[in-house]
Amino acid sequence: MKRMRQSVEATGDSDAIAVERTLAGDRDAFRVLVERHSRNVFRLAYRMTGNQHDAEEVVQEAFLRAYQKLEQFAARANFGTWVYRIAANYAIDRMRQRKSEDAQREPVGRAGEDGIERDPASLVADAAPSPERLAQSEQLANHMRRALNELTPAERTAFVMRHWGGSGIEEIAEALKSSSSAAKNTVFRSVQKLRRSLEPFVERRGQAKAMGTEL
Amino acid sequence: MKHPNEEELIAYHGGEVLQRGAIAEHLTDCPECRAELERVDAVLAALSAMPVPDPGEDYGQRVWQQIASRLPEKRAPWWKLVPGGGLTAGWFGPRRWAAVAAIAAVVLVAFMAGRFTKRTTLTPAGADAAAERVRERVLIMAVGEHLGRSEMVLVELANAQPLDTKQKQVNISAERRRAEDLLEENRLYRQTALEQGDVGLADVLDELERVLLDVAHSPQEVTPAQLETIRQHIEGRGILFKVRVVGKELQQREESPTPAAKQNGSTKQERNKT
Repeated sequence: MKRMRQSVEATGDSDAIAVERTLAGDRDAFRVLVERHSRNVFRLAYRMTGNQHDAEEVVQEAFLRAYQKLEQFAARANFGTWVYRIAANYAIDRMRQRKSEDAQREPVGRAGEDGIERDPASLVADAAPSPERLAQSEQLANHMRRALNELTPAERTAFVMRHWGGSGIEEIAEALKSSSSAAKNTVFRSVQKLRRSLEPFVERRGQAKAMGTEL
Repeated sequence: MKHPNEEELIAYHGGEVLQRGAIAEHLTDCPECRAELERVDAVLAALSAMPVPDPGEDYGQRVWQQIASRLPEKRAPWWKLVPGGGLTAGWFGPRRWAAVAAIAAVVLVAFMAGRFTKRTTLTPAGADAAAERVRERVLIMAVGEHLGRSEMVLVELANAQPLDTKQKQVNISAERRRAEDLLEENRLYRQTALEQGDVGLADVLDELERVLLDVAHSPQEVTPAQLETIRQHIEGRGILFKVRVVGKELQQREESPTPAAKQNGSTKQERNKT
């Protein structure tokens, strides 16, 4: 644990040096930051947008914006958290834009066509009752994608940041440009909606497993 | 405590501290609320296990390649241009070096132009000697500047160390890039020195070329042990000392009002001893 904390601190220190060098005109120093944080930002972006193409666009845009705004970055802040928030902000805009495009293209009720690509990993056969295995079943994964897609961009952002990113309410409020109480409420609403959509499937599968009669 | 509502239960699951003790106590006695919490947990656990495709180890490099050309150059504020502003920042920063390299290139062009003029123009003996002095002075200036810049790179490497004790690698990419630039110039000057019969200068430039080649071929980030090897290489050859001696000598020649030809012969002999 101590070693991990030291490693995080060391990364933070070298991030600060890379930021300083970039601001001093050494553009290549920014490369270090891009190479170090891209995968983490990609994970957030993929969970928020639900597809690889949009996620990659979010990652690129997040780093471009971070470079442009680097003068505003406070030296004592954590660059990883900062770029993560920029990515979350851009992803909300991207999701809103995507929803409005989809609404124009597909007026009403195209059930089952959520516009989200299927990940090959989700096709792995179900073999054990652990949540990990359950999530890998195609049927449940489809329900989960659809349920996430039914959230508003703000709800999805709040949920991803809170439950996957481990972000605090203040951080989420900043990304959503809302008050802390509004952010807290958005987190609750997202979990509530996901429960309504997914609970029957999660329970049914759990019960089926227990009875040895899986779907 | 009465049954916690859904919002309180989800907040409790998320680790929020409000009424935490009271809810925990209630859960111990209430199987109904325990079951409700388990249902929340089941949904969130299933969502947590959703796979995310791995973009690959080299993903960061790919992102850099995609965005690098779209990043405008940042202008360093004036206070960062003060000498000693850091290993690669300020005075030693890439923008500054680009300007210095451009000046060196102009000097080199002037020198080469002098050479070609001499070969194509028939001049009386006096004018020829004067042209020779001018040409040599330009060469001295250019080589002196080249040695000065080489010295700076070597000094920086000799003094480089991790900026932080926790850092396992030292980034020498800026020094490496500058060594690459200096290599080309060094080859030109060495050949010219050989043609002029200045064996001592050619020898020093030859040794310098080997060290610059080592630096140019080093990785961008080196461990303190690798840096020590480079440092020993520089010190072992005594190249820094030789570069300083020759640089100083060239500076004296440049400043000297005595005819170049006379001075030239004696200093060449002296330098050939080093």
